[in-house]
Amino acid sequence: MHKVYTQLDRIAGNVISLVAEDVTYGELALVQSDQGSSLSQVIRIEGNRVFLQVFAGGRGISTGAEVRFLGRVMQVPFSEALLGRIFDGSGDPRDRGPAITQNMIPIGGPSVNPAKRIIPRNMVRTGIPMIDVFNTLVESQKLPIFSIAGEPYNDLLARIALQAEVDVIILGGMGLKHDDYLTFRDTLEEQGALSRTVMFIHTAADPTVECLLVPDVSLAVAEQFALQGKRVLVLLTDMTNFSDALKEIAITMEQIPATRGYPGDLYSQLASRYEKAVDFEGAGSITLLAVTTMPGDDVTHPVPDNTGYITEGQFYLRNGRIEPFGSLSRLKQLVNSKTREDHRAIMTVMIQLFASYRETLEKQSMGFRMSAWDSKLLKYGQRFETEMMDLSVNIPLEKALDLGWSILADCFDPEETGAPSKLIEKFWPNDHSQETQKEESQEVASV
Amino acid sequence: MSKNTGRIIGISGNLIRVEFSESVIQNEVGYAVVGDTRLKAEIIRIQGSSAEMQVFEDTTGLSVNDPVEFTGEMLSVQLGPGLLTQIYDGLQNPLPALAAECGFFLQRGKYLDPLDRQKKWAFSPQAQKGDTVSAGDSLGTVPEGIFEHRIMVPFRLRGDYTVDVIQPEGEYTVDTVVATLKDERGETHDVTMVQTWPVKVPIQAYAERLRPTEPLITKVRIVDTLFPIARGGTYCVPGPFGAGKTVLQQITSRHAEVDVVIIAACGERAGEVVETLREFPELTDPRTGKSLMERTLIICNTSSMPVAAREASVYTAVTIAEYYRQMGLNVLLLADSTSRWAQALREVSGRLEEIPGEEAFPAYLESVIAAFYERGGVVKLRDGSVGSVTIGGTVSPAGGNFEEPVTQSTLKVVGAFHGLSRERSDARRYPAIAPLDSWSKYDSVVNDEDVALARKSLRDGNEINQMMKVVGEEGTSIDDFVIYMKAEYIDAVYLQQDAFNDVDAATDAERQEYVFGRIMKIVRTPMSFEDKEATRRFFQSLTQVTKDWNRVKMDDSGFKELEERIEKMISEVTDYA
Repeated sequence: MHKVYTQLDRIAGNVISLVAEDVTYGELALVQSDQGSSLSQVIRIEGNRVFLQVFAGGRGISTGAEVRFLGRVMQVPFSEALLGRIFDGSGDPRDRGPAITQNMIPIGGPSVNPAKRIIPRNMVRTGIPMIDVFNTLVESQKLPIFSIAGEPYNDLLARIALQAEVDVIILGGMGLKHDDYLTFRDTLEEQGALSRTVMFIHTAADPTVECLLVPDVSLAVAEQFALQGKRVLVLLTDMTNFSDALKEIAITMEQIPATRGYPGDLYSQLASRYEKAVDFEGAGSITLLAVTTMPGDDVTHPVPDNTGYITEGQFYLRNGRIEPFGSLSRLKQLVNSKTREDHRAIMTVMIQLFASYRETLEKQSMGFRMSAWDSKLLKYGQRFETEMMDLSVNIPLEKALDLGWSILADCFDPEETGAPSKLIEKFWPNDHSQETQKEESQEVASV
Repeated sequence: MSKNTGRIIGISGNLIRVEFSESVIQNEVGYAVVGDTRLKAEIIRIQGSSAEMQVFEDTTGLSVNDPVEFTGEMLSVQLGPGLLTQIYDGLQNPLPALAAECGFFLQRGKYLDPLDRQKKWAFSPQAQKGDTVSAGDSLGTVPEGIFEHRIMVPFRLRGDYTVDVIQPEGEYTVDTVVATLKDERGETHDVTMVQTWPVKVPIQAYAERLRPTEPLITKVRIVDTLFPIARGGTYCVPGPFGAGKTVLQQITSRHAEVDVVIIAACGERAGEVVETLREFPELTDPRTGKSLMERTLIICNTSSMPVAAREASVYTAVTIAEYYRQMGLNVLLLADSTSRWAQALREVSGRLEEIPGEEAFPAYLESVIAAFYERGGVVKLRDGSVGSVTIGGTVSPAGGNFEEPVTQSTLKVVGAFHGLSRERSDARRYPAIAPLDSWSKYDSVVNDEDVALARKSLRDGNEINQMMKVVGEEGTSIDDFVIYMKAEYIDAVYLQQDAFNDVDAATDAERQEYVFGRIMKIVRTPMSFEDKEATRRFFQSLTQVTKDWNRVKMDDSGFKELEERIEKMISEVTDYA
């Protein structure tokens, strides 16, 4: 039997406290007052005093509210029926569909035994050259998209959701603008991807604590799908909002903040979510892409900084494009040797030359004279930006590699690229340079 | 085990407050009992009749008045044959055995025996009845993979003992009493192949500590040549994320010329451990011809595993390292990352509501870090043999800024600093050790004169490059430009190494000496060029050829051929004036 308590002695922010007996750590309680009811979770016990974090927030709770302990931890339903549905952070439907209550599973379960993990081996094709060629996404990888507010990160996520070759997509939205939520829903619906998608959405107007639940709920469901043999892609946006919610709760609980107000365990909190990405031997996998907005474009801000240490690389989204510098997929080496023999060479060579192009741009902006080499680089850089980096480019990996060689051949002599001689022999488009020269001379003639 | 029990009176995260009646010990281990699950915890503060304990597991489901059973022992590890090739969590739980029992997920409160109790080891006695022995002396050996594993007089025994009984040669399990020792008062002590040792106490059963002088070859050129490590020395690798700390450690764990490698994956990605875990058994150690795994032990407490065990994991690792050192072996301990360990300290300190120091790290951070690195060293054992523990720790500074407490506390106590730079890793110049900022107090494998010249070239090259950014290439004299190109050349063909090419990935000391000497000769050669464009073209092709040279084995015919080609190229531009 669960006793009902009606004597709250402290309400601060989203945290309430009361005197209660036989309460276990982490257990759920239902808080009911005139303003409505909400779930809450035990976050601290001090003797017979129990501290609860109220999911719907502290606003409107009366000191005489009824608190009933449920004797269980937070759970979420799991079944195939979730596909195509939209829920909030507590697992209640946000669309007009029925609530699902059977087959409840706990959230935030134990972590995978490292001895049971396997080396990731499969590429996730996205059709975006900046990902496929230069920073290949690998099944079971966890990657953040670092971005500043205003960048089209949600559009990028939506495009990946549409194009990625996976079985199930779980979209977790935290602090999402309502418009963005609708955009996601409509885009996925129009392109017919909603039927393989489950959405857990917390909008900016919803209670803070629910924001904290979104990643756990999303990943718990993803884990079940993966154990059934599905390849799951989890998209989370935006983890900075999640971290800010953590900060809010920590401050309310009077914890000593570490840097810029964030709690000292921010790293562990983020890591326990990101580390859910896994490839189960003999079953499916979870791949995780999460947007992290960088306040003030500052990558040393605690949230992107801690994230970078946890994840297996990162994508920088800048000026509407995935920036090649700083962007990194740490797992790409595991798969890009198996795609095509020139994949690695193209990747290295094109980026090195693009780096030189950036240097030349700098020199140019300072008004220095451009050498012959500089002009070659300028031509190359511009082609690279429009034909490879632009987010609207949607071509398979092999086509992108061919395009890479043709751009190189158009701009440079073979030995200037630094590509291994063997590959040059095989892949360098031989007649290309002459053709271009002809074209150029024709252009000159026509001028 | 004593029957001392307490009861829980408060829970906050992984910290519980426990009321006790009998005496307890600081750092004593206890088990919080919830249902039929027992959760391991350690006392970290005692006040009046209540103790604060950090639980090494998730505390969900615990409630006030649940009992806590104290063990009367500090957090310890079991030391004995069978440790190598194992994969343990921070509390010495064997993870493969756990996986066999529990499947994909870790199970809370499940503790398995770290050593195989059934396996029989071929014991050969060394000591004889009547011998006088003391802590750390070898009583006999068992073969463990490629090593003779010494069965030693337990380190906790103080004073001198006489061997009373010693088992003859034979096959025994680890729990067999292999010797009985008699102390001065005539009391007898049974010795098995296993001994326990508290992880936070250094093992000191040796004759004396020596100064680390012998270089430890890592086969990473920039390290061995410019920023060497010594056997028994300490070094740290701080760097922002994505600069290649872990890859560098993986390369080191593969190629380093030591006997035993212990990898402490502390609060980092599980995926990285998996690579080691799955690849090492397949790789052969060129020195022994056996699998690399035979010399390796992994302590793995990845970031999603409980935080308190993360703190224990580095101590578990260093204690096992010291144990193998006692056998006269050279041990390399790689801790990745010490910042996560420091953060675990910070989390606990915060929960204890201690007054925070800089960035909320506890005020004792510095002394804790110093004490950890001081456990590295070369020691002369009582039988005259020498053993060493080399500690290499990565640091993950917040924001990549080295001015933070963990990096600064570490720099004070280590002998070498390999600072990784974001700039170099962005330019794909791996390993991304910054050649101008890093330092080492140990001796290099190549001659000092060449090293000094290389440093000077790199510094001058950098200065000219900085200047060129302001005045442009046309404002730079051709002589300066050549200096700059030479520095870039050293960087490209010597400091950078291709980890994915079998030959280039590992350069032994002999080859380093040879190649470095050759390259420095090129740097010394005065050269003349028509213009900068010609200079650039020359160095571009020279770099290409030298890189090809790096990819050829030294005893291959191609090695000489390429060397001659390089020489010919140089002679064409040499300025004989």
